[in-house]
Order: sequence, then C-alpha cells, then structure tokens
Amino acid sequence: MILSVENVSLAFGGVRALQDVSFDVGEHEIRAIIGPNGAGKSSMLNVLNGVYHPQKGTIRFKEKIFKDMDSHEAAALGIARTFQNIALFKGMSVLDNIMTGRNLKMRCNFLQQALWVGPAKREEMEHRRAVEEIIDFLEIQHIRRTPVGRLPYGLQKRVELGRALAAEPKMLLLDEPMAGMNLEEKQDMCRFVLDVNDEFGTTIVLIEHDMGVVMDISDRVVVLDYGRKIADGTPDQVRNDQKVIDAYLGVTH
Amino acid sequence: MTVGTLDTFPKLLMHHAQLRGARPAIREKDLGIWQTWTWKRFADEVRALACGLHADGLRRGGHVALVSDNRPRLYAAMCAIQCLGGIPVPLYQDAVAEEMVFPIQNAEITLAFAEDQEQVDKLLEILPRCPTLARIYYDDPRGLRQYQQPQLRSYDELLKAGSEALARNPGFVDAEIDQGSGSDVAGMFFTSGTTAAPKGVVHTHASLLGPARTAAEMERLGEADVILAYLPPAWIGQNIFSCAQAFVTGYCICCPEAPETLMNDMREIGPTYYFAPPRVLEALLTQVSIRMDDAAAPKRWLYRKFMGIANRVGGALLDGKPVGFLDRVAYAIGDLLVYGPLRNVLGMSRVRIGYTAGEAIGPDLFKFYRSIGINLKQLYGSTETAVFVCIQPDGEVRADTVGPAVKGVELRFSPQRELLIRSEGLFREYYKNPEATRAAKDAEGWFHTGDAGFFDAGGHVKIIDRVKDVGKLADGTLFAPKYLENKLKFFPYIKETVCFGHARDQVCAFINIDPDAIGNWAEKRNMPYSGYTDLASRDEVYDLVRECVERVNADLAAEPEIANSQIHRFLILHKELDADDGELTRTRKVRRGFIGEKYDALVSALYSGQTSVHVEAQVRYEDGRTGTFSADLKIRDAKTFAPGAATRAA
Repeated sequence: MILSVENVSLAFGGVRALQDVSFDVGEHEIRAIIGPNGAGKSSMLNVLNGVYHPQKGTIRFKEKIFKDMDSHEAAALGIARTFQNIALFKGMSVLDNIMTGRNLKMRCNFLQQALWVGPAKREEMEHRRAVEEIIDFLEIQHIRRTPVGRLPYGLQKRVELGRALAAEPKMLLLDEPMAGMNLEEKQDMCRFVLDVNDEFGTTIVLIEHDMGVVMDISDRVVVLDYGRKIADGTPDQVRNDQKVIDAYLGVTH
Repeated sequence: MTVGTLDTFPKLLMHHAQLRGARPAIREKDLGIWQTWTWKRFADEVRALACGLHADGLRRGGHVALVSDNRPRLYAAMCAIQCLGGIPVPLYQDAVAEEMVFPIQNAEITLAFAEDQEQVDKLLEILPRCPTLARIYYDDPRGLRQYQQPQLRSYDELLKAGSEALARNPGFVDAEIDQGSGSDVAGMFFTSGTTAAPKGVVHTHASLLGPARTAAEMERLGEADVILAYLPPAWIGQNIFSCAQAFVTGYCICCPEAPETLMNDMREIGPTYYFAPPRVLEALLTQVSIRMDDAAAPKRWLYRKFMGIANRVGGALLDGKPVGFLDRVAYAIGDLLVYGPLRNVLGMSRVRIGYTAGEAIGPDLFKFYRSIGINLKQLYGSTETAVFVCIQPDGEVRADTVGPAVKGVELRFSPQRELLIRSEGLFREYYKNPEATRAAKDAEGWFHTGDAGFFDAGGHVKIIDRVKDVGKLADGTLFAPKYLENKLKFFPYIKETVCFGHARDQVCAFINIDPDAIGNWAEKRNMPYSGYTDLASRDEVYDLVRECVERVNADLAAEPEIANSQIHRFLILHKELDADDGELTRTRKVRRGFIGEKYDALVSALYSGQTSVHVEAQVRYEDGRTGTFSADLKIRDAKTFAPGAATRAA
C-alpha cells in the first residue's frame, strides 16, 4: 500500500466534512473517490496533499506518517495534483506552465539561473527535455508556444495534467479531471489517465462525478456521503451496493 | 552517376551512404528538436532491419504492409523490405480497419509495420479475417504494454535482433541487394477504389526511379534540396517525392512533428521543393484571406494595393517576360513589404519548385501563388504512371493546362477525347487482376487514363474532366461538372460542391459551405450558431452563397460553349461531405455518382421546382454521439444571364 488513510475526521467549526474515513491506495492503482455534492470528496483530496490538516486520524504515505504536513512538503514527497477549476498561469505558454511543474527539481540558485552559466544551462536543458517528453506524451506539440488563456477548456485540462506530471509524482491526485468536458474530450482524458498509469506507473487518486468514467477506468472505488465512507470496493461491487444506490438516487425514509 | 548499376532503391541508398554519408537524408522533429539521420545512419538502420526481417521469414516477392505517417522509420522499413526483394505495400493511415482487409488479403501479407497503438488496434481487429498476417511491428510502444498478442513485436526488438544478425554476417544484406534488379517489383499502391474494390498497382524499381530521375534532371534537383513529407505515404506521389526522387538526387526529406504542427514545421524547415494538391493551397489562401480580413485598416490597404500590383506583373516577372521599370520598382517594394513576409508565413520563402496536381486548380488561386513569387507549376500523372506524365517547364506555366509531356512519355487522345499514355513509368499490372490490367493497358502498351482533354495550340495538355463524367445537357451542349464545381469552389465560402445536369435541361448544384470561412463571417455579424448544420440552414448564408453562384453564372455566360451550364437552382447540404461516409475518396475527390444516388431525393427536389425538401439522416455529432437529423432543406434559385450579353453580377 502506497497510501493508507485511517479514521480521518475533518471539521470546519461545526461542519463535519469528513467523519472517521479509512481507506487505502495500492501501488500503481487507479483509485476513485465518488459521492454526491458535498460528500467531502474535495476535502479528502485536500487532506491528502496537505492543504487541510485533519483533527483526527493518521495518513501514511509510503510508510511515513503524514502529520500536519504542508502542501509543498507533500509535493516534495511525490504527491502532485490538478484542480477542479483550472489553476494555470493564463498568460504563460503551455511550455512555461509545464516547466513550473519542474520547480521542485531545480537545484541551481537564482544567480546561476539569471546568469545562465554552466550548471544552470545544463539543468535547464534537462528540464526542457522532460517537459518536451510530457508534451509529446499528451500530444500537445501544436500548442507548445500558445498562451494557455487562448486554449479551449479541454486542452487547458490536459496542460494542467502535464504540469502535474512534470513533477514526476509517485501519486497523482486529480480533482474532477473530466468535469465540463464533452464526450470526445472525456475519452481523450481517460486514455491519458490510463496511459499515465501504465507508462509511468503513477498511482492515481481521482475524484469524479461522471459515474461512467469512474467505473470504466478505476481499479477500486471509495464512496463518500455526508463525510462518511459508505462503500469501498471494485466498481462492480460499488455499483450494486444498496447504500450507494440510495445515496445517488435518493431514498424515502 | 552510373545509372546502369544503380537500378534499385537499396543500391541507390548504399551509393549515397558512400558518396555523401555525412549529409542529411531524413530529418524529423522529435521532442521539439529537429533530429537528423545522415545517409550513412539511414543505410545502417536499413541493413540491420533487413537482417531482422530476413530472420522473421521475409523472402523475395513477399509483401509487407506499412501503416504509418511519414517517419524516418517508415522509410527505413520500406527500403529494408526492398533490400530483400520484398514488396512494401503502404496503406492509408487514416483508413478504417475495414478498408485494410482487402489489401492484406489480396497481397497475402504476412508482416506489417504499424506506427502506434491506433494502427495496431486496427490490424488486430481484422486479424481473424487476415490469417496470413503473422507479425505486426510497432514503432511507438505507448499503450501497448498490456497487449499479449503473439504477433506483436516492437520495431526496437526487430532492429536489435537485426543488428546482432548483421554482426554475425556483415556481408549478407549487400549480397541480397546485389541480387535485385530494376525489373523487380519495388512497391504496390492501392488505388482509392472510387467505384469497385481497390486495385493494387504494381510498380517496379525501374518504373518508379525512371520518371523520378527524368523529372529531377529537368528541374535540376540536387542534394541541397529539401522537401517536407506530409502527405499520406500510401499515395504514390509521396513515395515519388520523398523516396524515389530523394534516392535519385540525395536530397533531404523532413518529417513534421505532428500533423497539427505542419505549418510551423514548414516555416522552420523552409523546403525548396514542394508539392501540394489544390485543396491544401486553397485552405492556405482561405487562412490568409481570413487573417487579412481581421487585420487593421492600414494593413488591409497595403495588402490590397500591393496584391493588385502582384496580380498584374508578378506572374510575368516569374516567367521572365518583359515588365516596365516602374512596375519592377513597385513589385520590389511590394516584395519587401508584403510578398516576402507572406511567403515567409506560408513557409515558402525558399521554395524553388512547387507542384500542384490531382485536380484542376482555380485560375485565381494559381495566380495568387505565382504573383507573390512562388514558382508553382502544374503537373499531370496518376498512380499508374508513377506521377510524372506532364510538367509545365519554367516560363510556360499556365493555369488551364498541365503542360507538355515529360521526356520519354508518349501521349495521344482517343476519339472520345480520352488521354492515352505510354512511358517507362507505367505500372506493370494490377495485382491479381489481369482483367482490369487488360482494360487499362491495351496490347500496344497504351494506358487509358480515363481523363478527357485535348492538346492546346502550344502543345500543352488540357484536362477538362473524367471521360465518364463529361456529359451533355438535354439540348446537347457540353456539360463538364468538374469545371463548374471548380469555379464555385474558388470562393472561400464554398468548400465542396456537386453539380448535376447530364441529360437534364438545366444545371443544379449541392453546396457545402466552408465552416471556417462562413463561421468567421457569421461571427463578424454577431450571428450565433451551433455548428455546421445550423449555419448551413441560415437564410443569410443562402444569400451569400447565391451571390457566389450568380457570379459564376455571369462568368459562364461569357464563355459561349458552356453558357448553358449556368446553375439555376442550388441547396446547401446539411452535412459536410466526408470520406468516412464514402462521399469523398481518401484523396478527397467528390464521388459524384455515389452522392447522386445517396441524395436522390434531394436531386429530384432540385429539378421538381420545390422550394424546400425534407431530409432525414443519421448524423454524427462532434461529441461522438449519433442521432437522427431531420429538417427541411431550403432550395434557392439563382439568377442566370443571357449568353454573350453578360454583365458582371455585383
């Protein structure tokens, strides 16, 4: 297990976002977190990369206890993420945006980089190569130099995935990667997620609304409802779980 | 050059590896950087591959399929196959799996090269129906890690196994190459099969290299030339330009990074030798026009002003005809301010020889490129003739002819005006189809092209249409549908059109609007629209198209022979004509007969005087769903003009 979440509870004042949630993520797995609106999915993701600190429970990442960790520390440990509402630098090119994902890998100091002397130059070439490989992987060569703000939504999502990949993460957190996409864009994105998993061996935790997508690409699914875990298992198990059906379709009490 | 002994592709390759081993043979942009294979590197790769293929059972006369975009590895594989006396069969990479069944069965293909997962998937899909297919080599391993099929093998593995075999037996490949001769089969190209099943056109080394050499000598092509390989490798032209002629002269072939980056790559590479079918040139001009429309007023003025000058004297300057001193000065200023930058944007700054062929080119379109100083010329040829039949020599370039016969080509016209050809470039046969071969190539060796035309006063060949398409109106006057369609298509708003009129009393037309140009036009008018179908049904768009049709009618009225072919009625189709629906060929020519049958109801509505027609059709939306589309298509009348007394429509 690369990640295990044990009895995590998170509250904002009186609002209990997560209550006693436990699950684990296996190495090289595609793990989905689903649930109706307000179920606590994004809170869970924010807990996983250190944006929120849960009041109770432990999180173990690669056998290391994850206590009050900040998001930059999580990133240094190999956890990268994308955002529900795209968070790219709109005025910068695709290339530069993805390059920012290499931030943590850069070793040269400011002065070396400003003067672009020996090691800084070599380092930049190395990083550029890594970025170009991602560009090739995501098939966005034709927009390499285009400012991100001018791109359609589906491509911006792809660029964001590219930036997360640039950090060479062990675990990738995707917050609704297919939200607002049309069918073709969704299919493309699914293919990229599967390819990332297959090609780089990256463990993927994703939140998604679209049940079809989740069931197709995930190995296992956690279902949250009102901050509690109500089901956990393979897509088939989850699909036929009465609690899940009730949570999604509503139930008369 | 000792032509006598260099009679096959592999022999030429080894010759270049020795003579100009350090010069670039192929470039490809990879990870954002142009990577170069020298001729020596190319030859080494081919030798190793050939050894690998031999170990996998390829023997003389064996056919190997290749499904790939233009990549150095594709060309290396083709030549490696030829080294062993095998026959490369390139297939269209955008074909659906179903379309690959026939070639693979027909040629009993045992080995296949596939570029990536997409192509591998297609081949695996048809595998049960193609039992001969024993091995599929893939280049890009992405997404294929989980595939367990025993047929799959990576290109890298093949190359590695081949290199090891080569190290054990270094002289093997060269001995194999020596066994080859010019009369061996060098490649097989499947025709797009407009009407019946596709036919495999068999070419020998001699029939591909002969015409390639003649044309290269005529145009003085040399090792310093550069070409961008961007058309499908399954099309014979691509093979001639980026294989045969490169192998004859030793020039450099450049492969774009991705189809979408073509324009950018072209600007970076600056090819000196360029081929584009008219529709590519048209699309480029449409882009230029759209962008000029969006430019600031001073720029528009500058463009209009100088394009006027270019239009007047540009072509003459290129032809070396006398031009007045003041005009020369004006053109030189225009070159500095407009034409030069424009050529640069088009990636054509260094183009020395540009060819266009495949279909008739609109005279204004043709003139545009020549007037800004690009030496665009027409040529005529086909898959069966290894491309070069006619080429316009420098100084004799005209929009309405395809030039005189190339050296070594005999031409004549049959009484039905059909063009007949005899040349060294003629194909040997249609594979396993002696009947079709006999029908196309008569006992004296004349190839029947199926194209109708005649010699003009200067001895140039003029093609008007396909023999089978040239018809007569009910009153007996000539009806050449393509001629009309080409005239219509020159308007940027019209993308495709199909004209009907044979044995009818008047001409009517289907129109496909150009969604880019009309979309831009609609945006400027603040006209919201949801997609092609919506745009196509707008009254405003109908008015716009009607103006175009009426201008064509005015032009036609001035030409007595075809004045009766003026277009009386038209409709705008609810969908774009598409090769996937069988309405266009893979080379994007309209299949008039098929369209006429498929939209029979629309044709009869055009002729029955109705003002609208109900249509129901399966449509595929952009998001991949399919649905039934049902609507009333409008039919409009267009003004026609009395012959001779033509006044130009506004």
